[in-house]
Amino acid sequence: MKIHEYQGKELLKKFGVVVPRGVFCPTVDDAVKAAESLGGKVWVVKAQIHAGGRGKGGGVKVAKSLDEVRQYASEILGMQLVTHQTGPAGQKVRRLLVEEGADIRKEYYVAALTDRTTQKVAMMASSEGGMDIEKVAHDTPEKILKVFIDPVDGLSDAQATELAVGIGVPAGSVAQAVATLQGLYRCYMETDASLAEINPLILEGNGNIKAIDAKFNFDSNSLYRQPEIMAFRDLDEEDPDELEASKHDLSYISLDGNIGCLVNGAGLAMATMDTIKLFGAEPANFLDVGGGATTEKVTEAFQIMLKNPKVKGILVNIFGGIMRCDTIATGVVAAARETHLSVPLVVRMKGTNEDIGKKILSDSGLPIITADSMAEAATKIVAAVS
Amino acid sequence: MSILINKDTKIITQGITGKTGQFHTEKCQEYANGKNCFVAGVNPKKAGESIFGIPIYGSVKDAKAQTGATVSVIYVPPPGAAAAIWEAVEADLDLVVCITEGIPVRDMLVVRNKMLRKEAAGGKKTLLLGPNCPGLITPDEVKIGIMPGHIHRKGRIGVVSRSGTLTYEAVGQLTEIGLGQSSAVGTGGDPINGLKHIDIMRLFNDDPDTDAVIMIGEIGGPDEADAALWCKANMKKPIVGFIAGVTAPAGKRMGHAGALISGGADTADAKLAIMEECGFKVTRDPSEMGKLIKAML
Repeated sequence: MKIHEYQGKELLKKFGVVVPRGVFCPTVDDAVKAAESLGGKVWVVKAQIHAGGRGKGGGVKVAKSLDEVRQYASEILGMQLVTHQTGPAGQKVRRLLVEEGADIRKEYYVAALTDRTTQKVAMMASSEGGMDIEKVAHDTPEKILKVFIDPVDGLSDAQATELAVGIGVPAGSVAQAVATLQGLYRCYMETDASLAEINPLILEGNGNIKAIDAKFNFDSNSLYRQPEIMAFRDLDEEDPDELEASKHDLSYISLDGNIGCLVNGAGLAMATMDTIKLFGAEPANFLDVGGGATTEKVTEAFQIMLKNPKVKGILVNIFGGIMRCDTIATGVVAAARETHLSVPLVVRMKGTNEDIGKKILSDSGLPIITADSMAEAATKIVAAVS
Repeated sequence: MSILINKDTKIITQGITGKTGQFHTEKCQEYANGKNCFVAGVNPKKAGESIFGIPIYGSVKDAKAQTGATVSVIYVPPPGAAAAIWEAVEADLDLVVCITEGIPVRDMLVVRNKMLRKEAAGGKKTLLLGPNCPGLITPDEVKIGIMPGHIHRKGRIGVVSRSGTLTYEAVGQLTEIGLGQSSAVGTGGDPINGLKHIDIMRLFNDDPDTDAVIMIGEIGGPDEADAALWCKANMKKPIVGFIAGVTAPAGKRMGHAGALISGGADTADAKLAIMEECGFKVTRDPSEMGKLIKAML
């Protein structure tokens, strides 16, 4: 789960990381009032959407008067902000953050994430802040420093100092940078984050270290014990179909193709998508109905797939284990009837009670095409839609 | 022979009294020598009772002392699952199989690091399979986990995969063409886990009853590439490889917590390429995994 920048900064502040003074603003008037109350001569008006790359897309503006604050806030609020992470349609801006300006002398990059290879927390830092870190990693990997943290020990003073000095923080600011890194690490652990990134972390003219941006991602397995993080959830930023699916305990992701697919198990679901592509079409979605699918769940899954106007055919691929093929077949028949299915449907079933399942499908009188292998199923659905 | 488990393995079930634990324990008991293999359950509140004829003990340590069990399987719900793993490790078991899906990643990080410390300090090394895995099976001998027993057939092909149903797909193909499996192992869909592809490939390489291996992977993480590089230098047996997720978009979690493309090296295409370079027979059509391995024997 992702959160907004202003929420991330609230979290960082709790762990002692210094952030610019700022106010969350849902309207243009709020933005002007916020700038007045913050005082000073320079303000930053920032679009709050979950995607990165907001600055390049025109979602971050520096205002030098209250009139400019009003102008930029009006422009940004309500715009469809397009960045490299939003897709071509962009994301509607519904919230703003207005902050005091910062006296930026140097920009750094710092982030905490879970490293799968070492099974430790990796803390990364770079002197090349404010840039796309993947580009830095590709072009000048030597400019990214990493330390690995055993969660039993935490981030030591020595490790944090190594990073701060390594990225060129001046001697007088090292202590503050160390405190910032340790705050970031504690914040990462205590909130069950899977990514906590500050880009840029800046050095101001007075030697202060400040977090200018905050990007967080959280481990969805841990949200049950993080009520504060769950309260940050912004449903406007989520795909409505994926959200609807999650309410029914279905794992669904929309894609760009025209063959809907319904599968049990995440690995088999991906393999089914790949097989559709291999035989000449593109999958419209990833959909894992899980191990305990019922008739209701299958019907719900059909409804979610069929909401997508691009879907021209459906492929159901089930490997019956604990879940029996007859249960799924009953669900598929009921779902096809209830949704008045008008696109071709190919069903491939293997495993427990396969024969009973197939009989239920053929006895239904519905024009369901059956297949024995995944390849055959993909071939048939591709032929049926073209 | 087989890898990790056989008909003589004695197993403790942690979380035996929960709904999932009960359901699968019964199925495991019914399979092959399961009646003799599943010797103990653990529930501190129900010590002294029994379920399906299996005695329940107050702790893993007690269960081990009373029955001589060396392996445990865990169905404990996510909030307590990492503690259940640690209890089994502290009891010095040989192998812990954690089926539980949805364990907080931070809990797994902590327990994995505690396990490494214990080993580094000279303590007994306990292997962990999973979490979020289907378990493992040695056909006609014993099954530990949630896979459907009846699709398996004793044979000489090893199967390893992160995903459950994709393992069943490979197993089903092998059974259908009459080859069967020596052992089939699911390493699980989580980002922080125990045994990885490389560990299972090592075991299959050393197992005299395994002639060839189907290795199945998916997007996210370095496991398949690590295993491929090891195989290039060490593996003496033919391998068929498949990676799921060629069509998966970057940055999206595809069902499994660990199935997430986070850079250039953990895409399906990158993994398929490195496996091919390392001498695997790689396929993009999961329907032909069984046929391909047959052609290589």
